[in-house]
Amino acid sequence: MPPKLLTGNAAAAWGARLAAVDYVPAFPITPQTEIIEILGAWLDSGEMPGRMVTLESEHSMITAAGAAAATGVRVFSATSSQGLLYAMEMLYTVAGWRAPFVLVNVSRGLSAPITLEADHNDVLAARDSGFLQLHCADCQEVLDSVLLAYRLAEDPLIRLPVLVNLDGFYLSFTREPVSLPEAEAVRGFLPPFDPRDIRFAANAPASQAVAVLGGGPYSYFRYEAHLAALNGVAVYERVAAEFNTLFGRQRDAVECYKTIDAEIVFYMIGSFSTKAREAVDRLRDAGQKVGLVRPRLLRPFPAGHVLTAVAGKQGIIVIDQNLSIGLGGILYTELLASLYDKPGAPPVVTSFIGGLGGRDISPQEFYHMLTITRQAIASGSVPPPRLLYTAGELREIRKLQAIAQVEREETAPGQGPIRDSNTAQETPRE
Amino acid sequence: MSEQRINRMKDLPSTHLLGTGTPMCSGCGGLEALHQIYDVLGEKTVFVNAAGCMTLLSVYPFTPFRGSWLYTAMASAPAGAQGVRDALDILLQQGRLRPEEDLDVVVLTGDGSANGMGLSATSAAMDRNLDFLYICYDNEGYGNTGQQSSSATPHAAITSTSGGSCGYPGYKKDLFSIWAAHGPAYVATVIGSEPLDLARKIEKARDLQGSRMIIALAPCPTGWGYDPKDSVEIGRLAVKTGIWPLKEYIDGQVVHTRIPHERAHVEDYLRLQGRFAHLFTPQADPAIVADIQARVDSYWDKVV
Repeated sequence: MPPKLLTGNAAAAWGARLAAVDYVPAFPITPQTEIIEILGAWLDSGEMPGRMVTLESEHSMITAAGAAAATGVRVFSATSSQGLLYAMEMLYTVAGWRAPFVLVNVSRGLSAPITLEADHNDVLAARDSGFLQLHCADCQEVLDSVLLAYRLAEDPLIRLPVLVNLDGFYLSFTREPVSLPEAEAVRGFLPPFDPRDIRFAANAPASQAVAVLGGGPYSYFRYEAHLAALNGVAVYERVAAEFNTLFGRQRDAVECYKTIDAEIVFYMIGSFSTKAREAVDRLRDAGQKVGLVRPRLLRPFPAGHVLTAVAGKQGIIVIDQNLSIGLGGILYTELLASLYDKPGAPPVVTSFIGGLGGRDISPQEFYHMLTITRQAIASGSVPPPRLLYTAGELREIRKLQAIAQVEREETAPGQGPIRDSNTAQETPRE
Repeated sequence: MSEQRINRMKDLPSTHLLGTGTPMCSGCGGLEALHQIYDVLGEKTVFVNAAGCMTLLSVYPFTPFRGSWLYTAMASAPAGAQGVRDALDILLQQGRLRPEEDLDVVVLTGDGSANGMGLSATSAAMDRNLDFLYICYDNEGYGNTGQQSSSATPHAAITSTSGGSCGYPGYKKDLFSIWAAHGPAYVATVIGSEPLDLARKIEKARDLQGSRMIIALAPCPTGWGYDPKDSVEIGRLAVKTGIWPLKEYIDGQVVHTRIPHERAHVEDYLRLQGRFAHLFTPQADPAIVADIQARVDSYWDKVV
């Protein structure tokens, strides 16, 4: 079948359809809504068997998803941003139930200020929940990842829910050619869900998710979930190899682009890594030996693969499309922790925050980050993390602030000028 | 709908399906009701529990239930019931579950969840006409955490967050009417001290399809401040005084199943409980007691 032009959202919906999911608990949120609309239309027309129910919140949606998976059916759901955070209590809960299902998150910056475009603070807020995480760079990968995610979630060595992340707007609403595998072939890769002992039935009474008393049993079950998640690295390798054999697409846990002879590598996740690929090509045209390391699998964290990818390099440029307020980039701190004291770990790791709320990262900025990193390697002194922002952007925000100031003065005359922290700095104190 | 089989006290099941030895407080009116409810529903059930006192019924590796159990969270037990019900229906439809293996899905939740953070999920479950039974054990406060006031707390009751001289300033939320306004298959109030009335309603609810909603007033020795041996007496007085009307909503009509003619004075009920002691000692507060009485009278004036 020739590739079809599909949005990332449609690719996610096709992933669910080809996975022959039984049940779709849903709740709409921009930019995810198209996924559930497409699935809803297929289910209504009978093109796809299964059942969809619209809950009254994402908290309830994830509860229903986990409860249905715990009863023994294959479940798919999708959300974004505020919705993922609204469901946060239940993300931890259903992962603790060891309920295997797939949740697509369409990344969007978190409020406040409220916005629509992508960054990764939403999905990274779920990084400790027990959900495994796959991060996509293009629309084909969205479809492929949904199928891979079911194999991970349902593997008897894992039995945990899996989040598949795609970036809002950049992937959700961007049409790209996507190859749809034949349903027969997908059934060969992903047979119907065998819930084994995860079920409710009158002849097999079971208590699931019961309370524990004391730290002993609690720690035991938490450790079990952690060890099961760690199994995910090897299981992912196996499943991805099988996927490659059947469908001819290699989906490594950590994607390495032109890294073999690279002196310096960019390190990032998600759709903006395609910008980094382009930058790598342009920089290589200019004689710079650079590459890109992109974890596709972020939970479990494939520390061994990452170390192999970066070992012996002069430096790593970490670009975080997220911001842990008061600390910095999340990928940066996790990478440093995983590399510390490891033989071959690059001596210089620089940190940049960019792409928040869908803000672009330009080719010039990739060049700039490389320059700073080269200087750090030469001097042996690593600069503090940088927040990417151009002079042009600063001029634009100053214009908006000036308008806001005028509005305030016109609507509240006699109040005098209201200073923000920056203008207060610029004004000499009496 | 099948015929009612429970008509007299001697028709009540004597199975005692729910195991003993749970960590509930002695004299727990919620557990009293649950024992009776479980005997009528039987073990082909899956209880979907919201955070509350009864979360502690199933503590690893023990459970008093012969059937199944799923603990969810405080706000979303009805959504858990939705997921289980839908999954069971899918499995039945696909032939992966034999009809005799099917389960009735039962939400078990306290008044804190039912009236507060769980109300949205409950409302939505009724909107979808979810085929389930919902049991709220109403001990009129956040009992498991030491009886802080909830919106089911009655006027003037002292709780651990309304300890002033006047007690809880609000009035108990009319959850029965809120539920009935959704037009579900069935809504009923019950109490463990009236076992025949309770069993008949649970039997009726069991045999209906759709959302079947039960509120069991749950006298609470620790939260209400009385001797555990008095739970049944306090329950009876809640009905005799007219404070706890026993009623059901079915086919769009509200019917009272026990009308206390010659109602006892509310004081008979209030005086037995530490949470209302401030209305009588060291000085009596007849105005508040009269207000409580007037509200009860006004309720029944509209009924009879």
